[in-house]
Formats: sequence, C-alpha cells, structure tokens
Amino acid sequence: MKQIAATAAAFGLVAALATPVLAQDMSANIKARQGQFRILALNLGVLGGMAKGELTYDAAGAQAAADSIVGVSMVHQPTLFVEGTDDMSVEGTRALPVIWENTDDFAAKWAALGEAAKGMQAAAGTSAEAIGAAMGPLGGACKSCHETYRTP
Amino acid sequence: MKSLALKGLTALAIVGAAGLYITRPQTVDTDTFAALTPDPAHGAQVFTASGCASCHMAEGSKTPLILSGGQRLASPFGTFVVPNISSDPEAGIGGWTLDQFASAVTKGTSPEGQHYFPAFPYAAYQKMTDQDVVDLWAYMQTLPADQTPSQPHEVGFPFNIRTALGGWKLLFTPKDWVMPADTPQLERGRYLVEAQAHCGECHTPRNTLGGLQHDAWLSGAPDPSGRGKVPDITPATLGWSMGDIAYYLESGFTPDYDSAGGHMAHVVENMAQLSASDREAIAAYLLALPN
Ligand code: HEC
Ligand code: HEC
Ligand code: HEC
Repeated sequence: MKQIAATAAAFGLVAALATPVLAQDMSANIKARQGQFRILALNLGVLGGMAKGELTYDAAGAQAAADSIVGVSMVHQPTLFVEGTDDMSVEGTRALPVIWENTDDFAAKWAALGEAAKGMQAAAGTSAEAIGAAMGPLGGACKSCHETYRTP
Repeated sequence: MKSLALKGLTALAIVGAAGLYITRPQTVDTDTFAALTPDPAHGAQVFTASGCASCHMAEGSKTPLILSGGQRLASPFGTFVVPNISSDPEAGIGGWTLDQFASAVTKGTSPEGQHYFPAFPYAAYQKMTDQDVVDLWAYMQTLPADQTPSQPHEVGFPFNIRTALGGWKLLFTPKDWVMPADTPQLERGRYLVEAQAHCGECHTPRNTLGGLQHDAWLSGAPDPSGRGKVPDITPATLGWSMGDIAYYLESGFTPDYDSAGGHMAHVVENMAQLSASDREAIAAYLLALPN
C-alpha cells in the first residue's frame, strides 16, 4: 500500500515536472513552424505581385524572394512538428493529428514543396512571366499539404 | 365512441396518405429529356464545375476520373459512404437510363423510387438546366468503369428512414434562386454558385434538422468534421476585391498568400479549370451578396 502511494507520488512528481517544461518547448516549436509558413507567404507575396503586375518586376528582388523560399524549404520539419503538438492536444495550432499517422507522406509533401521552390528559384531572375508559370506548381505544393494536414 | 375512433383513424390515414403522396419521390419528365441532343464535351465542363469527382473519386485518389466511391462524409446524422458512380453496369451506374440519372441528380430520387440523402447535393443540382444534365450524362458514360462495390452508409435510426426525407426535401430544398441577379454576369455567377459548384453546402449554416439557412446564405458554418470553421464569404467579412476572389479560385492563394486547404483545395482545383470569365462571374456574385 505504502509502495503504491510512493509510486503514485513519484509519477505525480514526474508529471508535475514534465508538463510545464514540455508545454514550453512545444509552444516554441509551434511558433517557429507558423513563422516559417509566414516567411513563405511573405516572399510569395513579392513574387505573386510581380507576376500579376501589381509590383514592378525587379530581377534581384525576385531572386531574393525565391532564394528565401528555397531556404525555408530546407528546414528540417520533424524538429518543428514534434509529437503532441496537434490541434486535438494543444491550443493555438491548426496541425491535424494525421500528420503523425502519415509521417512519410507529410515528408513527401514537404519535399515536393522543395522541388517547386527550386523551379521558382530558376525562374525568378528571368522575367515576370516566368514567375507566373512557376507560381502554379508552388501553389499546388502548398495546397496539397493544407488539404490533408491543416484544419480550416 | 367506436365510430369516433374509427373516424379519427380514417382521418389520420387520409392525412398520412396525403402526406406520403405530396412527399413521394419525384422523377423527371421523360419526353423533355429525350428531345435534347447531348454534347459530351460541354458535359465535361458541367462535371468539373459541379465537383462530382471531389466526392465520388476514392479518398486521396490521383485518378479523379475513376468514380469508384468510398469516401466517408461525416455529419451530425452519421457517416455517408459515397457510392460508385463509374460507368460499370454492375457496381456503378453504367446500366442506368438518362431519365434515371436525371431523376437522381435533379430530384434526389433513385431508380428504385427512393429518396436520396441530401449529402448528395441535389438541392443545388435541381437548379441545373435540362441541357446541362443531358450533356453531363453523355460525358459520364465516357469515363472508365470500376468494379468496387458501393458500401452501406453508417447512419442510425431514425435518420436512416428514407421515406422521411420526402418531408425534409419539401421543407428545405426550395427550387427558387437564393439571390436576385440582374446582369448576365451575375446570372452566370449565380448559376455556377447555386446550381453547380454548391458553395452553399459548405459555407451556409444549417438548422438542427440539417436544412440550409437561406437567410444566412454563405455566412460561414462549422466544418462538418467537427473542427474548425468554413469561413464567412460575404463581402464585408471577406474584404477581398473581385481580382482577389478570382485569383484565389484559380491559384488557391489568398490576398496575403496563404494557400487554400481542407475541402476548399478540391474546389479550387475544379474552379481553376473553368474560364477566367466564369471565375470573375463567381466573384461578382459573392461581391453582390448582402452583408
Ligand atoms: C508539408 C505540409 C505543408 C506545406 C508543403 C505547406 N504548408 Fe502551410 N501549413 C501547414 C500546416 C500543418 C500548417 C498549420 C501549422 C500550425 O498551425 O501549427 C500550415 C500553416 C500555414 C500558414 C498559417 C501560419 C500561421 O500564421 O499560423 C500559412 C500562411 C501557410 N501555411 C502558408 C503556406 C504556403 C504559402 C505554402 C507553400 C509555399 C505552404 N504553407 C506549404 C502545412 C504545410
Ligand atoms: C466542400 C466544401 C466547400 C465548398 C463546396 C466550397 N468551399 Fe469555399 N471553403 C471551404 C473551406 C473548408 C474553406 C477554408 C479553407 C482553408 O482552410 O484554407 C473555404 C474557403 C473559401 C474562401 C476563402 C475564405 C477566407 O477567408 O480565406 C473563399 C473565397 C471560398 N471558400 C469561396 C468558395 C466558393 C466561391 C465556392 C463555390 C464555387 C466554395 N467556396 C465552395 C469549403 C468549401
Ligand atoms: C458532397 C458530395 C457529393 C457530390 C459533390 C456529388 N455527390 Fe453524388 N452522391 C453523394 C452521396 C453521399 C450519395 C449517396 C446518397 C444516398 O445514398 O442517399 C450520392 C449518390 C449519387 C448517385 C446515386 C448512386 C446510386 O448508386 O444510387 C448518383 C447518380 C450521383 N451521386 C451522381 C453525382 C453527380 C453526377 C454529381 C455531380 C453533378 C455528384 N453526384 C456530386 C455525394 C456527392
């Protein structure tokens, strides 16, 4: 009886110690991944604006935006998408639990983004029309992951 | 006393029979359809705009033209398993007649004379022109056959009683347009939104019986998965220009370059295949909605 109580206390202690530390760590991971998606969107804003003629085309600016997208696409995702940070377990995220059921597919979708980003990197410095053509595959890569892995 | 009870029962039986009569499954008029000449190429456009494949292809399929069914649609009333509508004569609808097809799509009535569940969005498709339905059927017969058998729905009592759907249809599927349209562009936009792309099925809130609240048209609704919200797309809330909406429907990009997800991803894939003027017509329709 005494032993059970002691074990329970030990578990309680572990839980008490573990929870706040984990929660803190996970909020950093969530912030970081949401921030990386914002970096993607902001740079796409520059490229999309040039493709649509809302911004004047500037080869250096376009190249910098495309390079930034490639840079983000090289960030190792498992560090940001740690287990227990889905929308059923914690607040403040739209990441669906299926991400952790289909880790291979999620990784493949991130890799597909990398490929499309390289297409944009090759196009950005040439012309606004070339950017327009590269927007399709890039947008397709975003959409196909959001379709399955992000809650509305 | 006895005669009173008998009278009561008879009255009840008459009311019941009248009720069943007015709520009986409706079918289309055979002659009207037989007189039309099918154009399968235009049928392909109807098929895309109406999003048939989004529901009827297998879950996560890379071959959307194989309409083998099997997707599971969650709802507060149970889970619907979308049937096979490929051209296979046994597993699909390859053995159907044009009338049977038209009655299913525009009246929600099966060849056996039963009501379909409104998870099949015939509430929208009933507004399609007869010509579009004829073209659609001609096109769908050119699609591949698939032998995957349809699975039963997982819907419990009392929602599994199809007869009761007659009253539901009468109450909640008015055939009138929701919005007025006084220019050719608005008319085209209204046709695409209300009769084909069934935007209202996701973006309009429902009452407790699952009927669309037409007085809150396109003003947002909880996602049927139970998590997240399908956004309000009336102009004041959305705050997007005509160009913004048309570009979103073509590319999936919002004005701040977030990208569409969830069920909207399929809708965007379909809308991207329409003409630019059709996407603008949809945008014009959304911008004309009351706030
Ligand atoms: C491999 C999957 C994947 C790919 C590829 C992807 N996203 Fe996302 N995106 C997500 C997930 C999951 C979330 C939800 C993250 C969260 O809330 O924790 C998200 C969230 C976002 C957000 C909201 C961020 C915030 O502030 O909360 C934006 C904006 C976004 N993505 C843009 C993009 C764009 C633009 C692309 C393509 C260039 C893209 N994403 C590609 C999975 C992906
Ligand atoms: C199958 C359900 C479904 C249908 C049908 C549908 N939508 Fe959506 N729509 C959604 C969901 C879910 C979202 C949220 C997307 C996300 O999470 O990125 C959305 C997002 C949108 C947005 C972006 C709103 C915002 O604030 O970001 C617009 C605009 C839109 N839909 C318009 C339409 C139009 C127009 C139609 C008909 C042509 C339509 N939708 C049909 C489910 C649907
Ligand atoms: C939102 C999802 C959805 C969309 C979009 C949709 N359907 Fe369906 N469909 C269903 C469901 C669910 C059923 C089963 C209804 C029932 O059993 O009562 C169904 C049933 C059918 C049936 C009857 C099949 C049978 O075996 O009796 C036909 C035919 C059909 N759909 C054709 C179409 C066509 C054509 C389109 C496009 C114009 C379409 N559907 C679009 C969900 C959908």
